[in-house]
Amino acid sequence: MNPILITIVTLSAIGLLVAAILFLVAKKFKVEEDARIDQVEALLPGANCGGCGCAGCRDFATKLVSLDDFGDVQCPVGGGETMNKIAALLGKAATVQAPKVAVVRCNGSCENRPTVNDYDGFGSCKVKAALYSGDTACSYGCLGCGDCTRVCKFGAIGMDPESGLPVVDDTKCTGCGACAKACPKGIIEMRPKGLRGLRVVVLCNNRDKGAVARKACKAACIGCAKCAKVCTHEAIVVDNNLAYIDPQKCKLCTKCVDECPTGAIHKFNFPVRKAAAKPAVEPKPVSEPEPVVEVAPVLAEEPKPVVKPAPKPVVPKVEVVADDADSDDVIELDID
Amino acid sequence: MKNRTFTIGGVHPAEHKLAKDAPIEKFPIPAKVAISMAQHLGAPATPVVNKGDKVKVGQVIGTPTGFVSGFVHSSVSGTVTAVEPRADLAGNKVMHVCIDVEGDEFEQEIDCSDRIDREIKLSAEELLEKIKNAGIVGMGGATFPTHIKLAPPKDKKAEYLIINGSECEPYVTADDRLMREHPHEIVLGARIMARVLGVETVVLTVEENKPEAFEALSNATMRYVGFNVFRMKKKYPQGGEKQLIDAVTRRRVPSGGLPIDTGCVVQNVATAYAVYQAVQKNKPLIERVMTVTGQCLPEQKNYLVRIGTPLSAILDSVGGIPAESVKVVSGGPMMGKAVANLDATTQKGSSCLLVLTPEQTARTPEMVCIRCGRCTQACPMGLEPWLMNRLGRAGDTAALEENKIYDCIECGCCQFTCPSHIPLLDIVRTSKADVMKIIRSRAKK
Amino acid sequence: MARLLVSPSPHFQSPQTTQVLMNDVLIALAPATLVSLLFYGWNALLLLAVCVATCLLCEFLIEKYLLGRKIPSISATIITAVLLALNLPPAAPWWIAVIGSIAAIGIAKMCFGGLGQNIFNPAIFGRVFLLVSFPVAMTSWAAPQGWLPIDAFSGATPLAQINEGLRQGIPASEIIAENGLSGWRAFFGAAGGSVGEVSALALLAGFVYLLVRRTIRPHIPVSILGTVVILTTIFWLVNPDKFTGPVFNLLSGGLLLGAIFMATDYVTSPMTTVGMIIYGVLIGLITVLIRYFGSYPEGVSFAILIANMTVPLLNKYCKPKRFAA
Repeated sequence: MNPILITIVTLSAIGLLVAAILFLVAKKFKVEEDARIDQVEALLPGANCGGCGCAGCRDFATKLVSLDDFGDVQCPVGGGETMNKIAALLGKAATVQAPKVAVVRCNGSCENRPTVNDYDGFGSCKVKAALYSGDTACSYGCLGCGDCTRVCKFGAIGMDPESGLPVVDDTKCTGCGACAKACPKGIIEMRPKGLRGLRVVVLCNNRDKGAVARKACKAACIGCAKCAKVCTHEAIVVDNNLAYIDPQKCKLCTKCVDECPTGAIHKFNFPVRKAAAKPAVEPKPVSEPEPVVEVAPVLAEEPKPVVKPAPKPVVPKVEVVADDADSDDVIELDID
Repeated sequence: MKNRTFTIGGVHPAEHKLAKDAPIEKFPIPAKVAISMAQHLGAPATPVVNKGDKVKVGQVIGTPTGFVSGFVHSSVSGTVTAVEPRADLAGNKVMHVCIDVEGDEFEQEIDCSDRIDREIKLSAEELLEKIKNAGIVGMGGATFPTHIKLAPPKDKKAEYLIINGSECEPYVTADDRLMREHPHEIVLGARIMARVLGVETVVLTVEENKPEAFEALSNATMRYVGFNVFRMKKKYPQGGEKQLIDAVTRRRVPSGGLPIDTGCVVQNVATAYAVYQAVQKNKPLIERVMTVTGQCLPEQKNYLVRIGTPLSAILDSVGGIPAESVKVVSGGPMMGKAVANLDATTQKGSSCLLVLTPEQTARTPEMVCIRCGRCTQACPMGLEPWLMNRLGRAGDTAALEENKIYDCIECGCCQFTCPSHIPLLDIVRTSKADVMKIIRSRAKK
Repeated sequence: MARLLVSPSPHFQSPQTTQVLMNDVLIALAPATLVSLLFYGWNALLLLAVCVATCLLCEFLIEKYLLGRKIPSISATIITAVLLALNLPPAAPWWIAVIGSIAAIGIAKMCFGGLGQNIFNPAIFGRVFLLVSFPVAMTSWAAPQGWLPIDAFSGATPLAQINEGLRQGIPASEIIAENGLSGWRAFFGAAGGSVGEVSALALLAGFVYLLVRRTIRPHIPVSILGTVVILTTIFWLVNPDKFTGPVFNLLSGGLLLGAIFMATDYVTSPMTTVGMIIYGVLIGLITVLIRYFGSYPEGVSFAILIANMTVPLLNKYCKPKRFAA
């Protein structure tokens, strides 16, 4: 017979046989899965960022299907819209949380916070933080190795070469919180995005006494509490020499911004008015994809009569500094 | 007899023992000292003096906080000016007691004479109490409180006391000088610890590059039964606790185990010396021998330094550090910590102050791994640093645990030997911390 | 005041850098290269130059335009080039060297991600690529006149002569005697074959240099050569007519070149001692099997390529001896 024919016949036979085996195996070992998981997964953004606390979007979908009540389970990337869609699909109620955005609470740029020694180890904040307090005199601030930028799956955070600090692009940030987890100094806070992205934040994490903090960094919060005094909404708490603005209470009056003697309090995304006298220590606006830090020296709001607010003992939602110097970690070793 | 050594891995860094011919000198008492409350492994001590108090040399200024902790004594006499957190050599804030020095007045019972007091009068319990009250810690660098090591759990029996005089770190000569100049005190300290532990066999180990110290210890132990002096091969990390036990007894400390699991207790020679001072002379741990060395320094010194002396004062005494940028290391070049703050003060574990120029020490750019396997050959724990480096960068903690990252002793052999200058230990160290955290949280559940 | 440099320990680095290691391998290759130049003259020099130039150019272009990097180690590339040149027949045309270099660097090395990532030894891959693509050109052993005033050894390689003779049913010892193929002739440098196979002595000199400098550990070469010696001795004792003896096998063909310089390539060999020994034994075994029973007269290249494939597995399963059980 024609060899070509033989070849075709044998190959086809092998193909059919293998297909039959595959079919049988697939039948026999089929895993029954809730069909809704696929539907939910299709609604999720598919970023697999882990911001929800699950191993990926499919894992999260499985969890959502199994939950009776969503509670505060939330897809930070998709936000309320996605959660509502999923809730509608599954016939459950979703509690919508305000979308969040990462805020780097450090303004220790090269200019504000000069280095006092030279770090020569592996370029990772984690390694650096485990070794020592850092190459500047401030032991609370950004280490500048960019661990946060490497974990971001959305390209929303990048190092500004001029200031040596990470800069968040609000439009890209999904609020998954990966950067906040990666930061060994805990300076990145997930704050509510707020109306039109308007925010007033203390860009400092230094809990040293005022003089020490000021010496280390020109833009440090010195814990003088002037901001807390000027605040009419009791939104500012000074604890451990560090002011914290509660985003839930802040009414964005921005009085504190002008009051701060070191310029540690910043406002974001406020419309720019006519340039008046610029505060001395304002950092340069970063011209990354979109201007993130905008300087608005004059305010729209009329100052209200100052009422002295007794600082409420509200525990600020400050991430605890990951202190990796766990003494138990040290291996007992007697090398000399 | 053949020189002993451990069985797996190890490297041979150039030894650079520049200060080995410099006799121990007393370092002048500085005008101000700042004594750290965290000079031992475990919880920092609680300060028991207040601003304005007058203290004498040897007075307790910090008491233990919890089980793994220790006493801290004043190393000078004078007035307490502050009890406050200060930056240690890594820049981290630690509670310090700062004292302005006035005179040099010792507590009454302290015997400062050089007379060697050979008779051990006290019982084991009394000796242990005395060691504990003297605030003695492992002086090789680990600073584990000695009294805890000398009181093993009831179900474990110590068979050997190993006195570690290997000093395998390059540059460091503090122990070498101590063994040469005070062999009798060291041997007496070893006898005291042997009595506390109830062991018959004491082994003193000296690396082959210190023949004078070997000679001195051999002579000093001549008339004691059960005392042996072993000559060790020159190989790093010969002085590592686990490696030393392997070299001496061929027993291996199990994974996650303690040296006592092999029936061995290892103590440094400087610790033995301190034990002698504490027990026979009533002198708590207030000073230690410290090498000040480096090719770029005009002088190489071995100083007897009071605890709490600022590092800058010590460096100034040898002409200060050269003007250009340098690395100052507290401890040896393999395991020592780089100093970020020269205002920091000496501690019980500071065996050396090493000054290196950038040419000697600066990291060179990392190259790709050429899979030469040198790190695996060098690892004294039989691990695979190249693999842990990859897994660590990927954050695969499960695979890291499978590959026994928790056995790493952070000796630095892998990074030392890597021809591509990959910062293996930087990665392995942080990955290990992550894995240990996971293991601990699992154990808690 | 002086600026302090701060980094995690260790603060010391061994002086043996990757650059030094690669340069040491090049130095170790120098005697064999020089001897082969003496024997084969201008054409060998041309092949060497073409290989080096093509390899460097190829790697440079790929690194620069596809990966956006610089060549990590020029010496490593030159090693590949020199090894490839040493693996060509002395009379090979220059374009063979070009194609071989492109295959070695472009396919075997850069496709996998460059230095440190390749599975196969690039030089061996290049040689085998040429061997199966241009079998005639790669087995023409006409030797050009060298710089030494002695006759060139034209004709087939000793292994090819034996292979051919055995197929015709002539006893091995007779073929050896007839053609003067004693192994000792190959030892000092008088054997036909690839450029680099000309002198076993020169190759061994390189081996000693590598051992003294601690560039390589002896495990791989010793286990390869040991396996070959043991296996060939057994076969030879069983039937000396059909099988060639250990000395002949050890000194002929590319065995020494392969065992010393190709099988010990860091990237494509195992990292642990046990892995190295298994790898070496595997190469020795396959070499002997191909030489005795295969249709090719020479099997070292194939043996190394096959063993290269087992390296990831050997690295995975041959863990080093742990300190703590």
